[in-house]
Amino acid sequence: MKAYWERITNGIFKENPALILMLGMCPTLAVTTSAINGLGMGLSSLVVLAISNVVISLLRKIIPDEVRLPAFIVVVASFVTVVELLMEAYMESLYAALGIYIPLIVVNCIILGRAEAFASKNPPLLSLFDGLGMGLGFTGALVIIGAIRELLGAGSIFGFQVGFFEPIAFFVRAPGAFLVLAILVAIMNAIGIKTRANKITEGCDGCCASCSSVCDKKEANV
Amino acid sequence: MKSLITIIVTTALVNNVVLSQFLGICSFLGVSQQKKASFSLGMAVTVVLVAASAVASLLYTYVLAPLNLDYLKTIVFILVIAALVQMVEMFLKKNAHAIYQSLGIYLPLITTNCAVLGVALTNVQNGYNLIEGVTAGLGTAIGFTVAIVLLAAVREHLDEEAIPAPFRGAPIVLLCATLMAMAFMGFSGLS
Repeated sequence: MKAYWERITNGIFKENPALILMLGMCPTLAVTTSAINGLGMGLSSLVVLAISNVVISLLRKIIPDEVRLPAFIVVVASFVTVVELLMEAYMESLYAALGIYIPLIVVNCIILGRAEAFASKNPPLLSLFDGLGMGLGFTGALVIIGAIRELLGAGSIFGFQVGFFEPIAFFVRAPGAFLVLAILVAIMNAIGIKTRANKITEGCDGCCASCSSVCDKKEANV
Repeated sequence: MKSLITIIVTTALVNNVVLSQFLGICSFLGVSQQKKASFSLGMAVTVVLVAASAVASLLYTYVLAPLNLDYLKTIVFILVIAALVQMVEMFLKKNAHAIYQSLGIYLPLITTNCAVLGVALTNVQNGYNLIEGVTAGLGTAIGFTVAIVLLAAVREHLDEEAIPAPFRGAPIVLLCATLMAMAFMGFSGLS
């Protein structure tokens, strides 16, 4: 039981994918114009992450090592399509707001990264909890960034007007996303929370599973 | 002809793929220490993006749409892109070894570059035909290259600056991106 709980807290705090590991930067910056969009994106990723982790873990002894990445991508893409169709049917306004970023969950580094680093080596139940933890951590980070941008940029949180100051529309535009993330990471640096933030600017580690082969090649060349 | 120029300007500047669409952030932040390397990555992305938009457009028009398999496009496109990257890598290795040497290590990175899948899907969404799709791919690639080379040019000078400790590393790079994104917002007047 303790191992399962540990996976959850690990995903939320110690290895928070968006804020500590700095993975999945595209949706982190793109859809966080409001807290509710961040929540929607986070939960969709959580569902895909949890289910694909379980399936990949079940298939881990069947998938040959050489073709594992394409196999993982197919599994992930199938569940992304399922989530996309469900959203289109039942949550039309969120579907319209997230737009192209829903199919792009396929290339979210967090999902392939967890498949490669965890689910392909661990039993299904533990992988499920790993996916849930990582998904919750990602959702939390997106909601925090979304709430900050919505509060400053539109003067509301989750759509409720807080209006005691003039909103600064800059924060819901594209540059505001970069600025909020820059300041969040700087604050975390300042109060001594160790992020792997510096790694994203060093080329190799920033992305995902498939980059590991790139880094091997790079190191071999050096 | 006029509409093609509009597509290039829109995709390269007005809706810049990195600075206003937030696609390809991984490599934008990761491979932008040196101008030379980021230019090579830009070229590799250009080759893959143009080829991927062409193949995705053909596949969608002649296979997926007639068979009503629209919902399979995400899976099909990502597999096509992965295969295409492999083929481009093999082709360059065999026929243009000098180019392979300079682009080689970046090619596998491009499979998971969301800009490529993003453009393929946007083209379908906008109902572009083959030529418009390829033009949009080219425009996006130009926009990506411009953004990453500009950021690299700024970053080459960052090392000599006295940056406050908490801002060293990722935050200062994100701040540079903030300023660049503000500048690119100015292009929205063009559309």
